[in-house]
Amino acid sequence: MMSKAIYERFYRSLYRIRRVEEEIARIYPSDKIKSPVHLSIGQEAVSVGVCEALRPDDVVFGTYRSHAYYLAKGGDLKKMLAELYGKATGCAKGKGGSMHLIDAAHGVMGASAVVGTTIPNAVGYAYALRLQRKDSVVVSFFGDGATDEGVFYESLNFAALKQLPIIFICENNFYAIHTHLLSRHKDANLCGRVRAYGIPAEQIDNNDILKINERVKGVVDLLRAKQGGPFFFECLTYRWKEHVGPNDDFHLGYRSYEEARTWVEGDQVRRLAALIAPQSRERIETQVEEEIRAAIVCAEDEPFPEAQELLTDVTGD
Amino acid sequence: MERILSYVDAIREATDQQMAEDPSVVVFGLDVDDPKAIQGTTRGLAEKYGPERVFGTPLSEEAMTGAAIGMALAGLRPIHIHIRMDFLMLAMNQLVNVAAKSRYMYGGQVHVPMVVRCMIGKSWGQGAQHSQGLHSFFMHVPGLKVVAPTNPYDAKGCLIQAIRDNDPVIYVEHRILHFQKGIVPEERYGIPPGRARVLEEGRDVTLVGISHMLTECLRARCYLETINVHAEVIDPIWLSPLDIETIVKSVKKTGRLCVVDNGWTTCGASAEIVTRVIERLQGEREVVVHRMGYAPATCPPTPSLEDLYYPNARTIASAVYDLVKGGRNHWLPEEREGLQEMEFRGPF
Ligand SMILES: Cc1ncc(C[n+]2csc(CCOP(=O)(O)OP(=O)(O)O)c2C)c(N)n1
Ligand SMILES: [Mg+2]
Repeated sequence: MMSKAIYERFYRSLYRIRRVEEEIARIYPSDKIKSPVHLSIGQEAVSVGVCEALRPDDVVFGTYRSHAYYLAKGGDLKKMLAELYGKATGCAKGKGGSMHLIDAAHGVMGASAVVGTTIPNAVGYAYALRLQRKDSVVVSFFGDGATDEGVFYESLNFAALKQLPIIFICENNFYAIHTHLLSRHKDANLCGRVRAYGIPAEQIDNNDILKINERVKGVVDLLRAKQGGPFFFECLTYRWKEHVGPNDDFHLGYRSYEEARTWVEGDQVRRLAALIAPQSRERIETQVEEEIRAAIVCAEDEPFPEAQELLTDVTGD
Repeated sequence: MERILSYVDAIREATDQQMAEDPSVVVFGLDVDDPKAIQGTTRGLAEKYGPERVFGTPLSEEAMTGAAIGMALAGLRPIHIHIRMDFLMLAMNQLVNVAAKSRYMYGGQVHVPMVVRCMIGKSWGQGAQHSQGLHSFFMHVPGLKVVAPTNPYDAKGCLIQAIRDNDPVIYVEHRILHFQKGIVPEERYGIPPGRARVLEEGRDVTLVGISHMLTECLRARCYLETINVHAEVIDPIWLSPLDIETIVKSVKKTGRLCVVDNGWTTCGASAEIVTRVIERLQGEREVVVHRMGYAPATCPPTPSLEDLYYPNARTIASAVYDLVKGGRNHWLPEEREGLQEMEFRGPF
């Protein structure tokens, strides 16, 4: 049984991510955010469950669907919103955008718009941690689509071979854009495939934040104690919004609202809200709303990057 | 009656007509049969030709490129589609080491008739990995052909030509060109390499534009006309093999060449074109040259920097003015109604 304080932490993080993305969707039609946003609404539990099991010095690598894990890991909200607005104060000075959020100081090591490409980067980082005798761990987040790519399997193989301190988190939301996993794979037994590489694998099939957190925490402890190498979790979850952009897309016909219903009913934001005292909930929500409001004001007011930024950071000299 | 089609529909029609004519043509790639149908370019094909000839693939660019080569070796004519040119980087081994080489290194015993369709992205924060114009990578490699049609008429003719071609062709589209509309005949026709097109004649300067930058060059020409500078605008259409003769002939007349690429200038298509023209004309004709392209940086998504990253009609006109007048004149035309770039609204 977890303590109320922990539920409150989880709720704060879940609620914050949900509300930030709802605000992004609200602002989007104004064209102030000229960035292809891939929202995680509905999938927040995976990011929060995993990142709440990590220390600040642990490191995550991810994908263009980056808002949830960036915030869950402690990425700076003001810098994130400024980045989406293309402002000079953004986390990448307006030079990355929504698909490339980074906050190295908080262990968010960046994201690629090319599916699968950060998986081996995470593996290399884990190799370095081992060599440097550190006890931090690496988490590699990716979607089910990345498990189509050869680089995923090559990365698994090397991580297993070297018994690296890395946790692979596949956020399986069943779709790569509009194409279902079963239109891309003969069978969906991902964990079985991963085990064949000598990596323990577990599926968590209901988006349950408490279970995700408990399981990942157990594995993190093992990795820190240098007991065992990589680990793989397949977290089933569901994207409520369209693949990219702020809208619903059930009208497209590639999936039905019926399919979504159980996931929406199992919403972890609502679930956690019910697990904490009403006064705590109100306090958390008020604080988060205030923080988001301030961050949006900031993002709107900040300047765009100056012309000389165009040619800085190309190389280091 | 002249028929107006969009670039998207021109591609769709070319594919449809070649598939109808030749049962060996197959179409595949990520999302070709999904509700958005590659911006509409593959709409209806899966229904018409069935899932054996038109199919979506797993996210497996390298393997599917290799598979396309295998199909081509067996006598099919695969069209492999990528919604971003950036994703071709995952398939480079198959494209460069196998597709490009097979005919030669097997002494002509085999050939690899395949088309790789890919799109260059721009604006709405596409940024670092969704906006690259990497056609020069492929121009570098013997054995590959490269084409970058800039209007619906060429989009159709070049695709038909590419499908009929017995070698691998990299067919480069641009997301913003997809919105172009123009006259497209109903019948089938090919646009072969070796015929760059002089779109507008002019005596003062030769302006060569690649992919989307061709449209910017045409707009730049309008600005230049207002100050009595007459640019001859050339669309190379096929980048490899390149019709250098048409460009040489023009530069012989104008003595000035400006090449505007939809990519970086260093080691790019503009370097190649300028060099070949000078090789041909040195000792015969005094020539001044200028090149424009992406700023030598990664594409920034923020609008304030993105505006500086790409050449546009006004900056091209300004640079051409300097080329014609000599020195730095700091002339930049006022933005004119009807000559702005089309606004593109995301998400994609
Ligand atoms: C290598 C590569 N191929 C294709 C794409 C185009 N693309 C962008 S997102 C996407 C779907 C990825 O699905 P998944 O990994 O399940 O992540 P999700 O979007 O569901 O979070 C595809 C195919 C890409 N970005 N990179
Ligand atoms: Mg997915």
